[in-house]
Amino acid sequence: MLELDDIQHYLLCRPRAVIAQYFFLSFDSAESGRKWIGALADKVGVAKSVMAAEETDLRWITLAFTYQGLKKLGLDQASLASFPDPFRQGMATRAKMLGFTGDNDPSHWEDRITDPNLHATVILFARTQEEKQRCIDQYESWLKTNPGVNTLSTLVLEALPPYDYIHEHFGYRDRITTPVIEGMGATPSPGSMAPSKAGEFFFGYEDETGSLPLQPKPEAFSKNGSFLAYVKMKEHVGTFRDFLKAHGATVDEQELLAAKMMGRWRKSGAPLVLCPDKDDPELGWDEQRNNNFDYGRMDPKGYACPVGSHIRRMNVRDDQVSRIMNRRLIIRRGGTYGPHLPEDAPEDGANRGIAVFAGCIDIARQFEFLVSVWANDPEFQELNERDPFVGTQDGSFNMTIPKRPLKKTVKGLPAFTSVRGGAYFFLPGIKALRFLASLK
Amino acid sequence: MKKHEWMIPSAMAIPRESKDWEMGRYGPIWPKTPACYGFTIIAKVKPGREEIVRQYGTTIAEAIKGSPDLLAPLKLHYLRWVLFDNDTRFMYQGIFDTDFDKYTEDAVALFTISGVNTVFENLEGFPEDWKTNTAAFIKFVREHQCNSFLEYGEYPYVSADEIKKALKLKAHFSEMLDQMQ
Repeated sequence: MLELDDIQHYLLCRPRAVIAQYFFLSFDSAESGRKWIGALADKVGVAKSVMAAEETDLRWITLAFTYQGLKKLGLDQASLASFPDPFRQGMATRAKMLGFTGDNDPSHWEDRITDPNLHATVILFARTQEEKQRCIDQYESWLKTNPGVNTLSTLVLEALPPYDYIHEHFGYRDRITTPVIEGMGATPSPGSMAPSKAGEFFFGYEDETGSLPLQPKPEAFSKNGSFLAYVKMKEHVGTFRDFLKAHGATVDEQELLAAKMMGRWRKSGAPLVLCPDKDDPELGWDEQRNNNFDYGRMDPKGYACPVGSHIRRMNVRDDQVSRIMNRRLIIRRGGTYGPHLPEDAPEDGANRGIAVFAGCIDIARQFEFLVSVWANDPEFQELNERDPFVGTQDGSFNMTIPKRPLKKTVKGLPAFTSVRGGAYFFLPGIKALRFLASLK
Repeated sequence: MKKHEWMIPSAMAIPRESKDWEMGRYGPIWPKTPACYGFTIIAKVKPGREEIVRQYGTTIAEAIKGSPDLLAPLKLHYLRWVLFDNDTRFMYQGIFDTDFDKYTEDAVALFTISGVNTVFENLEGFPEDWKTNTAAFIKFVREHQCNSFLEYGEYPYVSADEIKKALKLKAHFSEMLDQMQ
């Protein structure tokens, strides 16, 4: 049974917040960092209380640490060495392997995220703008009397209009598919994966192989912790809209192309496998149906949903491609930053995009595999292509759209997105937080 | 691939190591050659276990017969299992269209299903906790991998899927000609 009174709520429940802010921090000394954790630990929402009081809560916070942060806090050498290589090396060191090259490489990353003194992140969710400001004011006044904790950067995330559906800047509906964890009471919708063993996301529990994931030391870290892979991705909305217009003579053609690249219709999220020619909003919003499909049996050649589309890469739904999809899952959390670009407005050059934390227990097996292989490996399914949205694009790859009698090839896909930040964090349980605060 | 590049046999000499090799999640990715990707694992057989290893030949052949697409996700061409030096040493050679580093976890999972890991228990140095310690399994494979220093392809870089597609096309074309008689 999951220890819901020790696990931070972040990966288990999604509060109904309209606004969030990420803080990226640096500690001047071990003492200042420990004191800071001690002051905030009580305010961190554990899964149990957040799930029970979600209606009345106004704000939720989450704390997570980089490897450099754990080191700065004074964790002993043996414990530091017990953490896996990807976490110890950090995302920027592994950027080339991930495929974050060219315009996506760490020299272009923002928010001082590659600062060697990045030690921790705070994720603040608030139900209202006023509540967010109240929390920040209170926090800043605490910092005034407790120097030694520096804010390297912050990022504000807000939902985008129209508010009737959750979407990113390109207009794709988001949050349609998310892993269900065994024992949490939720039933996966038809066609979705069976509930995941908790050990795919949290230390101290059995994973899908029936064994316990290798645990970091000391004992305080052996249960209820996870890793978070953070990625900030700028979205070039003008480029995306121009691309659709250049390749589609009518609005319907443009929507079809947008759907072919994603694998789902933009506004409703209805899957192409079930409605290949025309959006079906009723189907898209019907949770009993919108995941009830596969590729191997229903669309092996990709005539409905191209083999290289985003959702067909990230969740392959075909045991000829992978028999261990259950070992590749991540829990995605995050949202959109930057101003909304109205439909009829020209590109204004503003910085806008998504900033996401991917929760998992094994950074290499889960997050890094998805990014380096299924998103960025041109050899995936012998396509010689990359993921149209999260792959590194520079105009040298195409997008193949299977079609009878002859396939359609969209030549020279531009970069719709650019990676603008990334880091690995350890998300400890509450006992582990208290342990860090009490380090001597 | 350039037009009809597959018609020109090609060979590649491979250095012992190179800083130009791409780094994968678990270490350097050995280069793709005219004979595609692959590995050659050589290890000592634990004394007295030779026959057990040999018998796995039949077991695994039966497993594939029962489930021919078992290894499909690995994009294999060939597997070769050899006992040599009076059955004291074991060689496991695989030719793939994908790199082992990229699909390491798939390979471990499929090896487990098809019983390959159990064979490995008869090899010296194989981690006893392989069921729970994928990292140790990967380490064993990497430590016992012997890189080729030359690889040759009569039809270089052609994938197994391409070969199957060409044969299917040939079969359908013959059938079409039959129908036109």
